[in-house]
Amino acid sequence: MVNMVQNNNIGIRVDPATLEQRLRLFLPAHCLLLGEESLRPYECDGLTAYRELPLAVCLPETEAQVIDILRTCHSLGVPVVARGAGTGLSGGAMPHAHGVVLSLARFNKILRVDRTARIAVVQPGVRNLAVSEAAAPFGLYYAPDPSSQIACTLGGNVAENSGGVHCLKYGLTVHNVLRICVVSIEGEVFEIGSEAPDAAGYDLLALMIGSEGMLGVVTEVTVKLVPKPELAQVVMASFADVAQAGDAVAAIIGAGIIPAGLEMMDKAATAAVEPFVKAGYDMNAEAILLCESDGTPEEVAEEIARVTEVLNAAGASDIRVSQSEAERLRFWAGRKAAFPAVGRITPDYYCMDGTIPRKRLAEMLSSIAAMETKYGLRCANVFHAGDGNLHPLIMYDASKPGDWERAEAFGAEILELSVALGGSITGEHGVGIEKINQMCVQYATPEIEAFHRVKAAFDESGLLNPGKAVPSLHRCAEYGRMHVHHGDVKFPELERF
Amino acid sequence: MLTAHSLDDIVAAVRNAHAAHAPLRIRGAGSKDFYGGLLAGEVLDVSAHRGIVAYEPTELYITAKCGTPLAEIEAALAEKGQMLAFEPPHFSGANAGSASATVGGCVAAGLSGPRRQQAGAVRDFVLGVKLVDGTGQTLNFGGQVMKNVAGYDVSRVIAGSLGTLGVIAEVTLKVLPRPVAETTLVFDCDAAEVIRKLNDWGGQPLPISASFWHDGQLWLRLSGARAAVEAATGKLVGNSTVNPEKHWNSIREQTHPAFAASPLWRFALPSTAPCPELEGLRAIEWGGALRWYVGEVDGDHAAMRAAAASLGGHAVLYRAPESLRCREGAFAPLPPALLALHRRLKKAFDPAGILNPGRLYAEF
Repeated sequence: MVNMVQNNNIGIRVDPATLEQRLRLFLPAHCLLLGEESLRPYECDGLTAYRELPLAVCLPETEAQVIDILRTCHSLGVPVVARGAGTGLSGGAMPHAHGVVLSLARFNKILRVDRTARIAVVQPGVRNLAVSEAAAPFGLYYAPDPSSQIACTLGGNVAENSGGVHCLKYGLTVHNVLRICVVSIEGEVFEIGSEAPDAAGYDLLALMIGSEGMLGVVTEVTVKLVPKPELAQVVMASFADVAQAGDAVAAIIGAGIIPAGLEMMDKAATAAVEPFVKAGYDMNAEAILLCESDGTPEEVAEEIARVTEVLNAAGASDIRVSQSEAERLRFWAGRKAAFPAVGRITPDYYCMDGTIPRKRLAEMLSSIAAMETKYGLRCANVFHAGDGNLHPLIMYDASKPGDWERAEAFGAEILELSVALGGSITGEHGVGIEKINQMCVQYATPEIEAFHRVKAAFDESGLLNPGKAVPSLHRCAEYGRMHVHHGDVKFPELERF
Repeated sequence: MLTAHSLDDIVAAVRNAHAAHAPLRIRGAGSKDFYGGLLAGEVLDVSAHRGIVAYEPTELYITAKCGTPLAEIEAALAEKGQMLAFEPPHFSGANAGSASATVGGCVAAGLSGPRRQQAGAVRDFVLGVKLVDGTGQTLNFGGQVMKNVAGYDVSRVIAGSLGTLGVIAEVTLKVLPRPVAETTLVFDCDAAEVIRKLNDWGGQPLPISASFWHDGQLWLRLSGARAAVEAATGKLVGNSTVNPEKHWNSIREQTHPAFAASPLWRFALPSTAPCPELEGLRAIEWGGALRWYVGEVDGDHAAMRAAAASLGGHAVLYRAPESLRCREGAFAPLPPALLALHRRLKKAFDPAGILNPGRLYAEF
């Protein structure tokens, strides 16, 4: 099922021939894709339910070309959607029908790895894992590890403020990026942040990271590298009740332990994963917890002992500690393969990304169970339990009429409950086009207006990734009315807005 | 002077000031009055808008009204074995009378203490703010959860903005458990050697939580699991010391003699930067990334700034007579394009330019 998305208030529609002619003035033929066949691979990102064909895809190789592309689009009033590997899960890189996709795929060089300063300077098209691989000979690595790390790029990570299973202890992208070079829609180049701490002026780095390509196009990223821990070990605990597992998470944190990773999977998730991965999960457990400890061997032993004690006291029915690196990786393999494993048992799945205060977990999971009945769809839950980031995987079949609409409504209800429980609609995947309506639930009019003013301070023309991340007030008003008029949330085609 | 006892008071004061185009000088305890540029406008004292709103140790956050004393927050956290990991300086010693540094001022100033090299800066721990913008509108950004990428991350930008984007009415900070074990080692070495040593150690999995060099002596604090601290102590072979807490507190609060200098320059540099050809190096912190210099009141201030910039960093005229800070600017000048962006952002939150004008940069 394909959703056509509203074109927002960009009124001017450029003549494609004029655009092509202008781009050809400075872009060599191999840097410009035109025509449906070439453009089709770019019609969506990791959120395949939303698709759109752009007018053109630009694949610049130099910063000068990026500047020229942006200047050209600015002068012609053409929307620009920047794109990394296209692994995003919220449609943030979905093209604009009257716009250009600016792919940073060819900005794929690691410019410098400085062992002593513990930094890497990379181009935005460099893959996340490639940074850690380049740093490995020095005993260093780049900490944020989104599950797509073999494919996703640093530029995309900056745009989305990506997390991963280790961000409880090591932070998100915003905590691990020191400096970026950015080109504005007007073609102006900014250096934001610094290798030195506390760069002068406002912390624009915090604003740029997670801004979903709305404020500028990143052409260079300097990241912090950290020493690789000598050892990592994982404790796997089974629970007969999800509420008990949730309480165990709070008990670990309450005991003063910040594990390197703290993940939970419910029974539906382990049932999907185990036949696929054979990780050795307890199939009788209602929930399993994976708690990783890293550091020196002595430190790990000390922490594992404390964690085990807390988990026992919290009522774990079974506790296993990985006894080798192979076993540790096997325990994790199931968690890391949760998405593809669910993909094996259902034609399609829809991954949500809400965050909630950890103590509301049991409430959230019982509500999700009720929604499964309400919408007639199954849902498996994997959870970055340590930081309250829940990924319900709603299973549906796109070929069945009405299935996607129900999945989307199911997802919307989860997100809105996340907000009601004191959390957020997105922990690490971004708003993109997917959660644009739920922004109206999380934020009131004054904040939405403030976001638009921030956007205008960077991009007055509104040409960078229009229609994403921050909804128009008109859209929020429509969404609010819909909620009032239809108690049973129903999402009509988006063009009607 | 205007005194705000509540959010409504803050809103009313800002609305009036906005309508009258009358500048406001936002003030908590005034413990950071020395920091930054011009202090202009009628004082809006927000120290009476105080109190911890929510503290959930197992959710790792605390929410407090802007006037809440840092000391009160730290006491509440200590009771549960937790801390503000960025170890903010209070700068409200005996001289400030009874006034105690506030959490609002702490976030507005964006100053972090010795543990920054291990834990991160103030902005790394800001989860959400309730902000009264320059038109008197109350805005809520971020929240109380660790991960939240909905909307631009305005709350982190507020850290270090010195009240120029809005009055922080309430703030939510991430908190962390206190380390189980802590020990301090002392080494004799010169400045060049200390830069080399600290960067060398920084590349190893050692639990270094603070470093301070002054006058030929390097102090190193190790914090973490007991086993990790013991292993590192064995590996690094330094001298032990008595009463290290008092020492680290004197670094954090800058009561240590190394900081008794004026004008005091704060150099933020890449940690590996060599020592610039400058007289007056007083101290080195943060694994080599923070260095303190004493300058001269009628010295070549541009040369100080140029020295820092040439090494990839920037210099702040940190403690100096107000007249000098206002004349030279406290902070490193911004390139024109970046300055223009700052002005547009300032305008987005404070269109009339009434909040702490000139405190960050003379241009706004």
